Amino acid sequence: MSGRNFHHALKILEEVCIGCTHCMKACPTEALRIRQGKAQLMEDRCIDCGRCMEVCPVSAISIEQDDFEDIFKYAVRVALVPSVLIGQFPRHYAARKIYSGILEQGFTHVYEAEHGASLLIRQINQYLEQHADPRPVISSFCPAIVRLIQVRFPSLVENIILLKAPLDIAAISFKKELMERGYDEKEIGIFYVTPCAAKIAAIKSPVGELSSPITGVIKQDDIFNKVYTSFKKEEKSTCIVPEKEQLRAEEMGWSLTGGESRHINGRCLAIDGISNAIEFLEQIENGSVSNFEFIELRACDESCAGGILTTANRFLVSERLQERVLKYNADFKEGKIIDNKSIDRHTEYLVDHIALENIEPRSMMKLDDDMEAAMKKMDSIQKLLGYLPGIDCGACGAPSCKTLAEDIVQKRAKTSDCIFVQNALAVAPGKPDKAEKIWGINRFDKLVP
Amino acid sequence: MEFSYIIEGGDFSKAGSASSEVKKILKQLNLAPEKIKKIAVAMYEAEVNIVAHAYKGVMEGKIDAEKVFLRFRDEGPGIEDVDKAMQEGFSTASEEVRQMGFGAGMGLPNIRKNSDSLKVSSEVGKGTTVEITSYINN
Ligand SMILES: Nc1ncnc2c1ncn2[C@@H]1O[C@H](COP(=O)(O)OP(=O)(O)OP(=O)(O)O)[C@@H](O)[C@H]1O
Ligand code: SF4
Ligand SMILES: [Mg+2]
Repeated sequence: MSGRNFHHALKILEEVCIGCTHCMKACPTEALRIRQGKAQLMEDRCIDCGRCMEVCPVSAISIEQDDFEDIFKYAVRVALVPSVLIGQFPRHYAARKIYSGILEQGFTHVYEAEHGASLLIRQINQYLEQHADPRPVISSFCPAIVRLIQVRFPSLVENIILLKAPLDIAAISFKKELMERGYDEKEIGIFYVTPCAAKIAAIKSPVGELSSPITGVIKQDDIFNKVYTSFKKEEKSTCIVPEKEQLRAEEMGWSLTGGESRHINGRCLAIDGISNAIEFLEQIENGSVSNFEFIELRACDESCAGGILTTANRFLVSERLQERVLKYNADFKEGKIIDNKSIDRHTEYLVDHIALENIEPRSMMKLDDDMEAAMKKMDSIQKLLGYLPGIDCGACGAPSCKTLAEDIVQKRAKTSDCIFVQNALAVAPGKPDKAEKIWGINRFDKLVP
Repeated sequence: MEFSYIIEGGDFSKAGSASSEVKKILKQLNLAPEKIKKIAVAMYEAEVNIVAHAYKGVMEGKIDAEKVFLRFRDEGPGIEDVDKAMQEGFSTASEEVRQMGFGAGMGLPNIRKNSDSLKVSSEVGKGTTVEITSYINN
């Protein structure tokens, strides 16, 4: 929590990057620049939302993961899987078949990451009763959103609920369960199968907790490829029967849009997609939506069904999970469900360990720690904006003329990085200017002489 | 430093955009998050009041090391009884405005709650001026 050490799961592959500006334009926190013809990440701004990766035309942005062989360092190897994983597979593969396929990859246990959700529902509702202020309370579920608030909406950090996500609760609970069954803590490795980069960052440098209960991460697309290939080969049909612990209906749907909000008392709202989230956070900051109790915000369209490591179509993933919920409800009515969850045996322990510590704001917007210095810089930015063409072309290596002006004032760039300024300086007086042919004369009459 | 933004009366689709710009400035100046939150609420309410009740107006701001000063001047119907308008729950908002979720009569009281000083002066038939001051270090 020292604040300086941000772990990012997103990495730019310099050999592959063509420096095309797509990622830079898509970044919601202006965390990317082009330098030496390559995209460069400003570590303290990146929130690991993965939008850059989504728009990269040459797949130059990748997500790092732990070496798969690492799992074999542990005698007990738990695959902690998100419910959206099932949605990656064609629907005729039953959950049981998929989980046994994961075990065949070398794990000893498969445990679903949403097991903590029903406990969390009770805890959130209680939290809302106990904390009258501030409103609305914002979910801590999506790590990209938590980081977005830290860097772009520092005044709303205090609205984030200080309760862990189901993933952490499930990991803590299952570890405890295994230890009670006689395993030594050192023998247990819990590996999260992640649908996104944000969860990796949250595990490697947690916000609001000292350390994560999770040992390592494996990318969802990787495990999918491994398991699906083995299904296709049909080499082994041993089908190890995974331990039978059923998620409840509300847990299966937790990571879908509305998964949280529909279980929380009072007026709630669920919002997915990063730009929708930003728009709404602006409104919360204005105080114009304060009569809400709880807001669920997710960085991805269709929430985790649309995570960056999702191989299947996000709407189909969401549909499959919803079908699973319906089937569960039907089975429940017919008395077919045996509700025997190990997590229920650890409720007291979990309640004691569910709180997050303080979440710190870390504004990326501030121009200077000292206000007077910041004011001077802002004046300089205004002056620079008077010169720059306002085209936001990105050729200077910054996402907009305004960010270039900020970079210049912060000594990260020079005025002459603007190609229009360069052009104006290069063209001999009285000679026709090519840029003017395209953009018109008026656009450039303000450029530095 | 100084700045000013035009506010159009009746255009609810843009209500809050001037406040958003100023909020950005406050964040860049590194004001404490709690301060920004309060100022954001106060200026948003004042901006919406121009949109909801007046024809057109302007927000002018001045920031120095001590305080943030915001003045909202509008051309509009003015306020007959300012003391009354300041009371919680008092509103003359039209049915149309209420349907947009405004008109609870909480705007001016909210501005008072979220600022260090609030001055409202008005001339019926001409317009209204709302001045909000927030001290930075208190
Ligand atoms: N700029 C203005 N011009 C004319 N009248 C105004 C102006 N600002 C406020 N008023 C008057 O003062 C009343 C109270 O304002 P206030 O902001 O407290 O409540 P409201 O705007 O009616 O509702 P709310 O702010 O809760 O949406 C308004 O109903 C209106 O009659
Ligand atoms: S919505 Fe889900 S998949 Fe997307 S960033 Fe947030 S936690 Fe990850
Ligand atoms: Mg009002």
